[in-house]
Amino acid sequence: MEFKMQTRELEFYYGKVQALKKITLGIKEHQITALIGPSGCGKTTFLRLLNRMNDVVPDTHLIGEVLLDKQNIYAPQVDVVEVRKRVGMVFQQPNPFPKSIYANVAFGPRMLGLSDGTKLDEIVEKSLRAAALWDEVKDNLGKSGMVLSGGQQQRLCIARVLAVEPEVILMDEPCSALDPLSTLRIEDLMRELKTKYTIVIVTHNMQQAARVSEWAGFFLLGELVEYDKTSELFSRPKNKRTEDYITGRFG
Amino acid sequence: MTKLSPKLTQKFAWGFAWTTGVIAVLVMLLIVGYVLVQGLPVINSDFLFSSPEGGLAGEGGIFSCIVSTLWLIVITMAILIPLGLGAAIYLAEYAPDNRFTHFIRYCVELLAGVPSIVFGLFGFAVFVLALHLNYSILAGALTLACLLLPFLVRSAEEAMKAVPYSQREAALALGATRWQATIHVVIPAALPGIVTGIILCVGGVVAESACLYVTMGGSAGMPTSLLSGGRTLAVHVFYLAMETNALDKAMATGAVLIVIIVIINLITRWFSHYLQARMKGETSHGI
Repeated sequence: MEFKMQTRELEFYYGKVQALKKITLGIKEHQITALIGPSGCGKTTFLRLLNRMNDVVPDTHLIGEVLLDKQNIYAPQVDVVEVRKRVGMVFQQPNPFPKSIYANVAFGPRMLGLSDGTKLDEIVEKSLRAAALWDEVKDNLGKSGMVLSGGQQQRLCIARVLAVEPEVILMDEPCSALDPLSTLRIEDLMRELKTKYTIVIVTHNMQQAARVSEWAGFFLLGELVEYDKTSELFSRPKNKRTEDYITGRFG
Repeated sequence: MTKLSPKLTQKFAWGFAWTTGVIAVLVMLLIVGYVLVQGLPVINSDFLFSSPEGGLAGEGGIFSCIVSTLWLIVITMAILIPLGLGAAIYLAEYAPDNRFTHFIRYCVELLAGVPSIVFGLFGFAVFVLALHLNYSILAGALTLACLLLPFLVRSAEEAMKAVPYSQREAALALGATRWQATIHVVIPAALPGIVTGIILCVGGVVAESACLYVTMGGSAGMPTSLLSGGRTLAVHVFYLAMETNALDKAMATGAVLIVIIVIINLITRWFSHYLQARMKGETSHGI
């Protein structure tokens, strides 16, 4: 199977502090890849490099390559807006805009220049349906996205990403601010979405990684310690540090 | 002496806060009330729609002063708002955090503390004399724009910085450019704070007198163009109080000034609500 995204000897520095050490990792298309590890291990930093969200962080630099369909997204001629359109992101805290539900979902297409009302209506409905939110909000599209519950807000944020029709969706601990029921709904949603999209999820929750992902990578102190099929990594870890972490001896 | 119990301290603290709050409100009501009570009975259509005629008794009305004031507000804002918002957007969204921008911020703060008459002198030297604008509404508006710019930049920058960073990230991650994120996400969210800043600036235009006296002159005639001089209501109040014995008319002019401020305040707030509702795309029903 082809790698949808790939990193090669990726290093990242905040000032002089090295946050990532030569990470080489391939992300398979239409599968869910989970990145686990203790706080500060670099997994979120790594995730944010996959759609160049760290570009705006001052005093940082990067060595190595991040390939999307074999093309380095950090190459000088690459348009960062185009990268982010193809690689969407869902954040840890649901962050809907203080705009209507409709305007939240239509935001991305509008920024990309779409203004046709009928087309926007279609995209909004399609995206909200795909994010399993349509039935709950279809009569209130004009209401503010901020009045929804936390779980609904996160699904709204997912719908907002889907509206841009990305190829890869990055999720940075998307359930850490949600209750168990909302968490399960998002996980169900991820399983549905992977048929069309490639998903990379950072999670603190090892059960979650085991439940949803096909591939798992264990990060520790900026290093990718082990990367394997999720079932392998959790049942037969090859590295002692991975074993210590997943059996709960630290972290 | 034994220590007061937390409950008693709480009662004292509440009493103190309540009393000072009431005093602050009373003082404000007293001033506004006094001016309105003294001034309103003097106001009639003749007073509103005739221009000052001078003299020791302060003959005539205030029509040309109202016109001058409104013109001055419009022209000042037309210069001030684009400059102020542009600078605030630069400082809040684009400026790197380095010595140069620290220096700019320091200058902005310093300028905000300079007395208005110093700006008046600057305006007199540069706009009135060097640029040959003479005593004119344009010279006054330019001077006031300089005077109010630091304040507007600061309040707009604060309002934009108060918008959570996660909002910008969300927009960028959806493929928006930084400019789009600023215009479509940051500004709408910061609008109430920005509008408050603008309203206070309008108040500043209306309230200023000394620095206008040296840039717009004191001519009580009806302004015919941006290059004619003019006398704002505040300058007229000053003139009536100092040069005539028509204290009642000074009070009446003050009352008109207060009413104008209230009206502008209401219009601006209504406009801001309208603008924000449009930007948010919210409706009371579905779509």
